[in-house]
Parts: sequence; C-alpha cells; structure tokens
Amino acid sequence: MLHGTVIILTSFAYLGLLFAIAYYADKRADAGRSVIASPYIYSLSLAVYATAWTFYGSVGRAASDGVGFLPIYIGPTLMIALWWVVLRKILRISKQNRITSLADFIASRYGKSALLGGLVTVIAVIGILPYISLQLKAVSNSFTILVQYPEIIMPTQVGAAPIRQDTALWVALILATFTIAFGTRHLDAAEHHPGMVAAIAFESLVKLLAFLAVGLFVTFGIYGGFGDVFARAAAEPKLRAMLTPLEGVAGSYANWVWLTILSMMAIMFLPRQFQIAVIENVDEKHLNKAIWLFPLYMVAINVFVLPIAFGGLLRFPDGGVDADTFVLTLPMAEKQELLALLVFIGGLSAATGMVIVETIALSTMVCNDLVMPLLLRMRSLRLNERRDLTGLLLGIRRGAIVLILLLGYLYFRLAGEAYALVSIGLISFAAVAQFAPAMLGGIFWKGGTRAGALCGLLAGFAVWFYTLLLPALARSGWLPIGLLEHGPFGIELLKPLQLFGLSGLDQINHAMIWSMIANIGAYVGMSLSVSPSADEHRQASLFVDVFRQTGESGGARFWRGTASVPDLYGLLARFLGSAAADSAFGEYAGAKGLRWPDDRLVADAELVHHVEVQLAGAIGAASARIMMASVVKEEALTIDEVREILDEASQVVVYSHRLEQKSRELEAATADLREANERLKELDRLKDDFVSTVTHELRTPLTSIRAFTEILLEHPDVEIGQRKKFLGIITKETERLTRLINQVLDLAKIESGKAEWIESPIDLKEVISDTLAAMGQLFRENKITLDARLPERVSPVNADLDRMIQVMLNLLSNAVKFCDRANGRIGVALVERDGCLQVDVRDNGRGISLEDQAAIFNKFRQVGDTLTDKPQGSGLGLHISRQIVEHFGGRMWVESDFGSGACFSFALPAGAAADKRVA
Amino acid sequence: MSDFESKGQRFIALCMLGMLLFNYPILALFNVSGTVFGVPVLYAYIFVAWVLLIVLMAFVAESDD
Repeated sequence: MLHGTVIILTSFAYLGLLFAIAYYADKRADAGRSVIASPYIYSLSLAVYATAWTFYGSVGRAASDGVGFLPIYIGPTLMIALWWVVLRKILRISKQNRITSLADFIASRYGKSALLGGLVTVIAVIGILPYISLQLKAVSNSFTILVQYPEIIMPTQVGAAPIRQDTALWVALILATFTIAFGTRHLDAAEHHPGMVAAIAFESLVKLLAFLAVGLFVTFGIYGGFGDVFARAAAEPKLRAMLTPLEGVAGSYANWVWLTILSMMAIMFLPRQFQIAVIENVDEKHLNKAIWLFPLYMVAINVFVLPIAFGGLLRFPDGGVDADTFVLTLPMAEKQELLALLVFIGGLSAATGMVIVETIALSTMVCNDLVMPLLLRMRSLRLNERRDLTGLLLGIRRGAIVLILLLGYLYFRLAGEAYALVSIGLISFAAVAQFAPAMLGGIFWKGGTRAGALCGLLAGFAVWFYTLLLPALARSGWLPIGLLEHGPFGIELLKPLQLFGLSGLDQINHAMIWSMIANIGAYVGMSLSVSPSADEHRQASLFVDVFRQTGESGGARFWRGTASVPDLYGLLARFLGSAAADSAFGEYAGAKGLRWPDDRLVADAELVHHVEVQLAGAIGAASARIMMASVVKEEALTIDEVREILDEASQVVVYSHRLEQKSRELEAATADLREANERLKELDRLKDDFVSTVTHELRTPLTSIRAFTEILLEHPDVEIGQRKKFLGIITKETERLTRLINQVLDLAKIESGKAEWIESPIDLKEVISDTLAAMGQLFRENKITLDARLPERVSPVNADLDRMIQVMLNLLSNAVKFCDRANGRIGVALVERDGCLQVDVRDNGRGISLEDQAAIFNKFRQVGDTLTDKPQGSGLGLHISRQIVEHFGGRMWVESDFGSGACFSFALPAGAAADKRVA
Repeated sequence: MSDFESKGQRFIALCMLGMLLFNYPILALFNVSGTVFGVPVLYAYIFVAWVLLIVLMAFVAESDD
C-alpha cells in the first residue's frame, strides 16, 4: 500500500543513501583514492543534464509533438562532437586560471571584471529559476499523484493547497538542507566536490534504470513490443497524424533546428553542466570516453519515450490525465505499486541531481562574483582585517542556496501552472544561451572586449526578459494580459510575442532570434568600437592562446610590483585557513626545490600569481583581484607593455625561425668554405704546374744551347759556315731564354702587384700605328696582307704606353704565328662604342676550338697538339696581356669559329669613363 | 600537435555530418508514412542515424592521440 508515509520514508531513505555515497566518496578522495577519477563516473555525472524535465516532460512533449522532444538530446550530441575542440580548451583555461564557475570564467576572460561577473550571476540566477521551479513542480506533482493511489487524480483537481501544506515548499526546503549538507560542508580551494559528483553519477544510474523499467513494462508488459504500440496508435484516427509528424504536429523544420541550436548552447552553458563538465573534471583524458558514453546515455533514456507517450494516449484517451505524468500514471493504472514507487524515486533522483548541482554552481557564483566583490569594496566592514573569512564564505553560500530554492518556489507559485514542463525548461535554456557569444567569442576571438561582453549580455538578457519572462508572468495573471495582445501602451509593434511584427514563430524561436541578434550584434559591435584595457588584452591572450602556454606561470609574465611573503601568506590563510595556505605555499616551494617554511621565499611575480590563483579558486577571480590589491603594491602595466610582453611570446616563434635560418646560412657558409678550399687546392696544383712548366720551358732552350756549344767545343774544326749557323741558333735560344725569364719575372711582378704602372692618357690609335710600323718587316717576310681600319680620332685612354705596346705586339705576333701559311691576312680594327675603345686583331689561321677558347688565356697554355707541334711561344703572352688590360679596367676575349680564323679583342674604358675610373 | 589537430578536424566533420543528418532536407526524406519492423520510418531513421553518429564519435575519440 502506498501511504504518504511509505513514500516519504522511501524518499528519505533514498536521500540518506545519496548522502552516504557522497560521504564515502569524500573520504576516499581525502585519502587520495578518489572514486571519481574515472571516465565512467565523469560520463554518468554529465547525465545530470537529464532532469525531471527528461524524466516526465519528454513523454509529455512527445504526446503532443511526436519527435519534437528529440532535438533537446540530439543538439547536445552534436555539441559534444565539438567538445574535443571547445570543451578541451575551456578545461585547459579553467585549470590554469583556477576558474570556479561560469561567471568567474567570463569575468576572468574580460579583464577580471567584477561587474561582468555580477551580471552573469544575475542572469544565471534569474534565468535558471524557471528550471528549478520545474523540478519542484515535478516532484510535488508526482508525490501528490502517487499519494492518491489507487485513484488517478491530477494535482490541478486536488486544488491549491495552503502554503504550509504545499508539497513544493517542503520539497524546496528539504532540497536546500540536503544541498547545504552536500556542497558546503567545507571550503575547497578548487571548488571540487568529489562526494557530490559520485552521488550525481549514482542518481544518473537510478533515473536511467527507473525509466528503462517503466519503458520495458509499458512496451512489453502492457503492449506486445514496439510494433504493437505503433500499430495500435496507427489504428486510432486521432493518433495517426503523429506518426509522420514533422510538418503537421511538431511544427516546422525551423522549430526543430532552433531547438537543436538551443540545446547545443545549453549543454555547454547551463551552470550545472559547466560545474560538472569543467569545474569537477579531474582529468582531461576523461573526455575521450565521455564524448560517446554520455550521448549513448541520452539515446538510452529516450528510446522508450514514444512508446510510453502512445501507450499513455491509448490508455487515457479522454485527455483527463496530463501527458507529463504518463510515466507515473501508467504503472499506477496497471496497479504496479512497486514500479510506481521506483518511478517516483527515479523522478526524485532526476530532480534532486539537477537541483543539487545547479544550486551549488549558482551559490558559488553568487558568493564569488556577486556578494564578495561588493562586501570587499565596502571599507566600513573592514573585511580586510578579519583573520578568518572561511566561515563568512560558507555562510554566504548557504544563504544563497536557500534563497535560490525559495525563489524557484516563488516562480513555481507565480507562473508554474501556466506551462508544461518542457516549455518551462526551454525558457531557462534560452537564458543561458545568452552566454554563448561572450564565452565562445572569449576563447576563440582575442578582439572580444569587456564592453562588448557587457553590452551583449545586457542586450540579450533584456530581450529574453521581454519576450519570454514577461509573457510567462502575464499568462499567469500577474501582469495584464493586454500586454501580450496589444503591446505595451497599445503599441502593436512592441508586442512581446511578435516583436517588430515578426509572427508565425514558436515563442522560443522568436525570442532566440531577437535575443541573439541583439546579443551578438552588441558584443561584436562594442568589441570593435571600444579598445580594450591592458588587463583585458592580457587575459584575452591567456585564454585564446591557452594551448601555447606551458604551466601555470603564464599569468606571472604580466605582473610587476612589490609584495611581502608574510602578507601573501596571511591573505591566503584568511580565506582558506592556515592548513590550506601552508599546503599551497609548500607546493609552490616544492616546485622551486625549496622547503616551506624553512627556506626563504621571494615574493616575486610568480609567487604573487600563485597566491592569486589559489585565492581565485576560493573566492573567484574578480574578488581575488580586489584582495590581492590590498597586500600587493602593483605597478599597472600599460597597454603597450602588455603588447610588448605578448610580442615577446611571438618573438620566441620568430627566434626559432631565425635559428633555422641561421643554420641554413651556416650550411651555405660551409659549402662556400668547401668551395674555397677546392679552389685553393686547384691554385696549389696550378702553382706546382707552373713551376714544373717553367722548368720545362727553361730546359728546352738550355738543352739546345748546351748541345751546340758542346759540338763547337769538341769539334774545333767545324767549318766556318756551319759554326756561324750554330752560333746563330745559340744566340736565338739565349734570346728566347731571356724573353721567357723576363716574362716570368714580369708575370710575377704583375701577380704580386709589384709591377710599376705609369698611367697617363694615351692615344690608342697611335700605339697601334706604331706597333704595326715596327712589325712591318715581319709581315712582309711572312707575306701577310695587313688590313688596318683605324678611325681619324679617338678618345684617349688611361693606360701605360709601354704596356699597351706590349699587348699589341703580343696579339700581332700571335696573329702572325697562327696565320695561314700561304695566304696570310691580318685585320686590325679600332672602334669606339659605349664609352669604350675596342681593338680587334683578326687572323685567318685555323682558329681555336671552343674548349680551348676558355683556356687560352691561362698560363703556359698553348693551342695545338703539344706532341706534334713545336711550341711557338712561352705560353705566357696572352695571360700577361689579359692581366694588363684588366689592370686598366678593360677586358680581353677571343671569338673564333674553328677552321676560319680567330679574333682577339680587348676593350678599355675611354674618355670620361676612363677619367672616372682613375678618379 | 598534428595528431591533435587532425582529431579536432574529424570531430568538426562529424558535427557537420550530424547537422546534415538531422536537418531539412534529409529529415524530410524520411518524413513519410510506413514502418520499419513496425516502427514509423522517421523514428527509426532518427535513432539509427543517432547511434551511428555516436559510434563514429566513439571511433574518433578512442583513436590514439
């Protein structure tokens, strides 16, 4: 028999069990063997997303909308696919900055702004109230229904109870006590509640099992399986339309899409989801499992929603039973007492899980981001001087929990009856969706500023309030209903449900469209038009570039000022107690290889940052900032300095690029050196060659001189004609020897730079004429035709007259040597072009092959087959000539087609060009 | 880092796939009368596609990083 007493006892037994689990988990965590250090517990605790709304409301929604309840769970699945990108980043940021709540996160991101943290807290509290009232409504309704067993009577028919006997109030008060016992037993520096997480994971199991039990009972107990339920529904004309529902009953595809987007935001930004997914997360790696286990949980808890909905509609065809209660009333109608009780406990677990986590998250926000910053600013309270503030902090949180639950109850009394469960919840979803621009913008866009976030949140919240909360109050009779029908002051354009004439949309979609336009518009617009402060700049960089930083010291780079260790320790001890302060300092000293309190610590930027982060963990970033200011004399960094520090970070990247470049340059230099070494070796080889060649060249004439003198010495009777011939050869060979030695000496002088150059303006035409005249005899002897083309006048060149004659002689005598034997012809031309005087000496010999052309100016290089042809010169002439020409800034080259003569040319700068060179 | 990035990209692709599967016009293709093993086509489609998406997510999530 289900007496009220039995139900109440069972409920308290269940709550007691929860408390035992939490107590056990806390003890285990204190012993360092936390039960929540598991991805499975993490995944289950995330299922706090499924509340009484899911447990009772999904069936209610399905009974009117068919699949219309599913976007609430498909949306989160899509968002979870992005968790690897988004949540992992939020996790990392929160760990590094000791973020304690959603409000703390946003305040911290936008320059640790207390104002912004307060605003977020207010929005969150007001926005979540309908959601909390939903839980109260569900628990009190299910209790009221269950107490009537075996009758099935709706709470509305029972009539409004006087406030002292109102179940919802008692539920609110019991839950408040329970939550206080759960979440605020002591103050944890990191806001970790391992006991709570373990209890929530257990609750998730209970509600899933209860729902699956009732689902299996309805589908396979009352009916003959899925097919049977749907077949019977199809046979009912009233229900047939719901089987392909998207166009008709469930509204448009637009509704579906908006609901999906709304739930995507909700899974990220509901304070309780943020608390469980981010604050209570103990290991980033747990994400890997949670990413698929949690969506799977959502599938499991939704599989039986449609069969239960259709089963309920078939069982209670007259509409006298609220579809929101089918989960409970179906077992009751079938006289399944135990199952009904299990369902009630399942619903209770869904509601308590939500209320516990949500109120703990909200109370942290209220304490850290709303009350504490205000109290700390009130100098008359002299909070700075109090020795121990932990009691105060806990007191504020406990007060906040009671207040939030009572406000939730108030909303339930004011507006709860006008809406179905799901519609109440969606109002809260739309409220927390307002955090999306500031949050997502904050972690991916460095340009987002405090002013932008403030304006965006205010604008979005204002529109939400106007288009969702006001109508809810108006429908409940607390505001004139004319406001909805005719607009404020009769202005039709401002009707809350058809703002600016936008009609034809679901109320939630309508509010989402306008609030998002206002929110994103203001956020982006203000961010772009107001430039950020140094603080904002720094925080933006810390958040957006979180994966580029290493360790917790990221924030210390931005601090400059003076502080003392005892002051810092005192501050921490006041808020955390001296045990926690000791452990925080010990941890810091340990990382430095020191011992606390034996070794002296330096109150440098890093220690100050460490203390601030610890403090932020207890009282939020904005409050911590204020408190730190009381013991630390900080020199404000200017925006330029912050930029500079940020630049330093990017300079590291640049530096590594430079390092790469340097190593590339080094490689290039090595290659150059190797090349130079090769060239040196080559030169060394050339020197050896030179010495051996010179020796060889000297020996040839010497041998012939020696041979002839020996003949003359040993044969004094050689006839006079013969003797004259021999002596002639000896003289000629001696001359050749002298010439060779002179040339070697000459070359040595030129190459060592010791040669004397007498530079003066000379007329190159005269040089050529003189040389040709001097060689006239030689030409005639060899029967060579000379073709000289010399202009009337040419500009002078700066050069050594004798050297130039030497060059001309060399070129001409070479030409004579290599000229065609029978029909020799030599052409000499002088032209002035491009500020240069060019001399060509052309012969009609056999020419020079292409390979030889390159080598012919080298020392001792003689063209022709050295084996068959007798060498016709020293092999130094051309080399010396080229050296001379190059000395005067000119160049010398040869052009030749093999077989049709060669043309040696040189060019020297003339006139002005020559003067410039000399100058 | 490149492993991390490619994992992120796979998840983004899965999210986009999900948005495609649970949206007009794909959804409209299955919004027809008729049943699969006694379950209306649309319901069957949504749950099958949903589980499939989660299986893919599990595959990517559990791939070594």
